Amino acid sequence: MLDTSTAAAWLKDYAETIHENREVLTDLDRQIGDSDHGSNMDRGMAAVAALDPAEFPDAAALLKKAGMTLVSTVGGASGPLYGTFFLRFAGSIGEDGELTAKALGSAFAAGLEGVRARGKAADGEKTMIDALAPAVAALREAAAQDASVADALASAVSAAEQGRDGTVDMLATKGRASYLGERSRGVADPGATSVTLLLQSAARTLS
Amino acid sequence: MKKLINDAGDVVAEALVGMAAAHGDVVRVDHENRVILRKDAPRKGKVGLISGGGSGHEPMHGGYVGLGMLDAACAGEVFTSPVPDQMLAATQAVDGGAGVLHIVKNYTGDVMNFDMAAEMADGIRVESIVVDDDVAVKDSLYTAGRRGVGTTVLLEKIVGAAAEEGQDLDACLALAKKVNGQGRSMGMALTPCTVPAAGKPSFELGEDEMEMGIGIHGEPGRARVPMGSAREVAAQLVEAVLSDLDFTDSPAIVMLNGMGGTPLLELYLVYGEVERLLTDAGVEVARSLVGDYITSLEMAGCSLTVLKADEEILRLWDAPVVTAGLRWGA
Repeated sequence: MLDTSTAAAWLKDYAETIHENREVLTDLDRQIGDSDHGSNMDRGMAAVAALDPAEFPDAAALLKKAGMTLVSTVGGASGPLYGTFFLRFAGSIGEDGELTAKALGSAFAAGLEGVRARGKAADGEKTMIDALAPAVAALREAAAQDASVADALASAVSAAEQGRDGTVDMLATKGRASYLGERSRGVADPGATSVTLLLQSAARTLS
Repeated sequence: MKKLINDAGDVVAEALVGMAAAHGDVVRVDHENRVILRKDAPRKGKVGLISGGGSGHEPMHGGYVGLGMLDAACAGEVFTSPVPDQMLAATQAVDGGAGVLHIVKNYTGDVMNFDMAAEMADGIRVESIVVDDDVAVKDSLYTAGRRGVGTTVLLEKIVGAAAEEGQDLDACLALAKKVNGQGRSMGMALTPCTVPAAGKPSFELGEDEMEMGIGIHGEPGRARVPMGSAREVAAQLVEAVLSDLDFTDSPAIVMLNGMGGTPLLELYLVYGEVERLLTDAGVEVARSLVGDYITSLEMAGCSLTVLKADEEILRLWDAPVVTAGLRWGA
């Protein structure tokens, strides 16, 4: 299973990564959104990183609290979306056996389904789903071939990066970027970028 | 960035301190939840009206809390939706037993956060109206739908009057839907604006250019066009609104709104052009409002809102209102 200290290391690494990249994210959002993705995610993940892992009985409890903290501190669309991701991820992560690529694949898939339900976005609409969905698919495919957690996450990261890069040429049809119409092309989606960072953090800390 | 602030991270919290200090006769502020409440909330038996959204649009929404308008407003970070905890705290604080109406502007984040708050409000009947009046956005499969802009102000006033005189939640919701369906807006900008936390202007605009069809979050509009005269701008705004809905068969309430960085002198000048164009097009302007009512920080520019009214809507419009941003009849 995913132990509490490993989950805490993932959240801490992601909080640091978001902090380092907050201006990159805000700059992407400035071009096709409303200039706040970096500062909002940074505020939310700083609150998550401040949680004391010792206060939680298991990783699921910590990740659930992380989700609720994001809902309560981020605002915008990212708060409910990332919050729902972690709440569903926490609800799916297994309680017995060792952490496997299969268990991780199921948890990421549950998170993705939560994001789809909350955001009502489909593939190809220039959102975080365009990086998260291929990453989940790659993770589950690797798991089906009995790959190690490290190898499965490595292929998920490269699928996410590819998916993120694929959003550059997409036309946004959901969220604030959709108001720009054709002018939304040419910039990577900020949400697809921040969720790729989440996968990269997972690869560094969960394997 | 040159702004009258102390720290970019404290802008909203510190503005709420000032709001409480300036308007303590009308409102009280829950600083922990960043909710501006009507001083005498909850009112027993009265439908509670709540709105909220990102900060940076002042006087909306906190400036519209008070007698005859909102019972509470949730203040998010600048241009960022508030979070469900705030809306839940506001809902619980204003519920007087007659239920609560959430007035939500149609932005992805606002809708999601208000949805989550409504799901969390056990034991209180909550209904929602999502305002989507911006004709600059095509309502199609290819957008998140029309944005909620100027009609929100008129709706908060009109439905606020209905709630104040004791109309129930179903009646308030039906009226809110009617007002939203009959209001249309179109905005334009001469300059971008700077979100304090971002520190840089939200887009760039040349000296000889303007943006038509802007929203209220510093986002670019639908088209960048050469700078025109006030007469030309007025004609484009009026044309965009009138081509979307027929306003010739009933009296209209017209708002010419400043985006935050345009002097009243220019707003009146534009309003003069707008009213002449509307009258020429057969629209009977029954009431008007000119000034900064739904702003986008220091952006220069304006928006036009036209609401198709009737005797009942005009009666509610004229009813007493006592808020920081609108005050008459009391």
